[in-house]
Amino acid sequence: MCLGVPGRVVEVEGLNATVDFWGVRRQVRLDIVDQAVAPGDYILNHVGFAIRRIPAEEIGETLALYETLLDQARRDDLMAADVRNEIEATGRGNDDAAS
Amino acid sequence: MPLPRIDAAAREIKFRNPELARRLSSRIAELTAEIGRSPVSVMHVCGSHEQAIARWGLRATFPRDLNVIMGPGCPVCITDMPEVDEGVALARQGVVIATYGDMVKVPGTVMSLAGAQAEGADIRVVYSAGQAVELARAESKEVVFFATGFETTAVATAAVLRGPVPPNFSVLSAHKYIPPVMEIVAEMPETRVEGFLAAGHAATITGWGIFEPFVQRHRIPVVVAGFEPLDILSGLARLIELVRDGTPRVVNMFPRCVTREGNRRAQEELWSVFRPVGGRWRGIAHVPNGNLRLTDAWAHLDARRRFTIDLAGLWDYAPATLAADCICGNIMSGIASPTDCTLFGKECVPDTPVGACMVSSEGTCKIWHQYGGIPNLGDMA
Repeated sequence: MCLGVPGRVVEVEGLNATVDFWGVRRQVRLDIVDQAVAPGDYILNHVGFAIRRIPAEEIGETLALYETLLDQARRDDLMAADVRNEIEATGRGNDDAAS
Repeated sequence: MPLPRIDAAAREIKFRNPELARRLSSRIAELTAEIGRSPVSVMHVCGSHEQAIARWGLRATFPRDLNVIMGPGCPVCITDMPEVDEGVALARQGVVIATYGDMVKVPGTVMSLAGAQAEGADIRVVYSAGQAVELARAESKEVVFFATGFETTAVATAAVLRGPVPPNFSVLSAHKYIPPVMEIVAEMPETRVEGFLAAGHAATITGWGIFEPFVQRHRIPVVVAGFEPLDILSGLARLIELVRDGTPRVVNMFPRCVTREGNRRAQEELWSVFRPVGGRWRGIAHVPNGNLRLTDAWAHLDARRRFTIDLAGLWDYAPATLAADCICGNIMSGIASPTDCTLFGKECVPDTPVGACMVSSEGTCKIWHQYGGIPNLGDMA
């Protein structure tokens, strides 16, 4: 799926970041993001990797799309399920593949 | 710590402004009428675009003369039967197959991975390449990650392979590369695509410049668009304008995500691990450079080179008969719609899919089945 999912960086340790996705914390790899990422930044995550840093002025709009999607979604909604799967696709702890 | 509350103005202005949506819809209608031909056919190549079009009922706002087709934008759907067969054969040889959930039900020549599982093979669903590596660490048996997806997902597979992986881990790559298939579809006489809407996040990686040679060769415009309803409508309006003017070029309508050169670091990772080779896309054609396979430097992690895959043993069976009536290929080429298929919603439903387009959440048939095909604008929030 192309959508990816945005989250807020909580902590950076080398090429790994702890990222908050609506209260769910996951480990995201920073190998392929093209700009330096620091705590407080928002990134777009795709299957466990940050693919871009979201510029500050776009954060509100970007999150609005996803919040509307998740808020209004019926349980079987395909787009919302893809967003939830994206969060699932992301590492759960420090001892996972990111180590 | 929860995310900060969203700025109400941003939500209002950008995402759900019905007035702006109506203006864009009228613009699309005007431009289509000005072309004065019917139908005007444009194609997008992204499951997430189709989900957004269907979910927000956008197709109901398009003029009758405009045909917005979903092309080969579902990576699960275009995974060819012999590729599924390779996974099935490996699973039956006693290897643990880790793959994305959507792949499990996709029919192979003889059976799906779910069929192999029913016969006792060990199939595990993972959400990412990283989880497949974790699984291999916890297992003593050989674990093969059956990797599908376009360039955006292939980049993640590449990055994982470049990291440390355990010795019992390898990859069966069915990754696909979108730009070459656009060439094939553009040349199909039955499809007559006059413009392409390119997927925003794939272009985040590749950059929009990658479409320039395509536009020069085929004289067909390409517009890069995002995924919000207004992104899609404004992308379509610009695309139809380019068709009307007969001025094919690449226009980036998603500048907040996409640059001309894209994410170079991700491209370096991708092309350090993968090389493009020709291969069949299910139901479409042989696509030169359309498949991504591991380069020789990564042969030690390539399941095709680590194992002897016994496909001949599988092909002793006769293929299933229902599959002969499946028109997935025509749907992905833009020649037919799901509702043209005699199996759609009858023999072929998400629980018992006949064709791959009904399996994946990015497949045209599953999206239309879920959201009701050409939905009513009244569903729009």
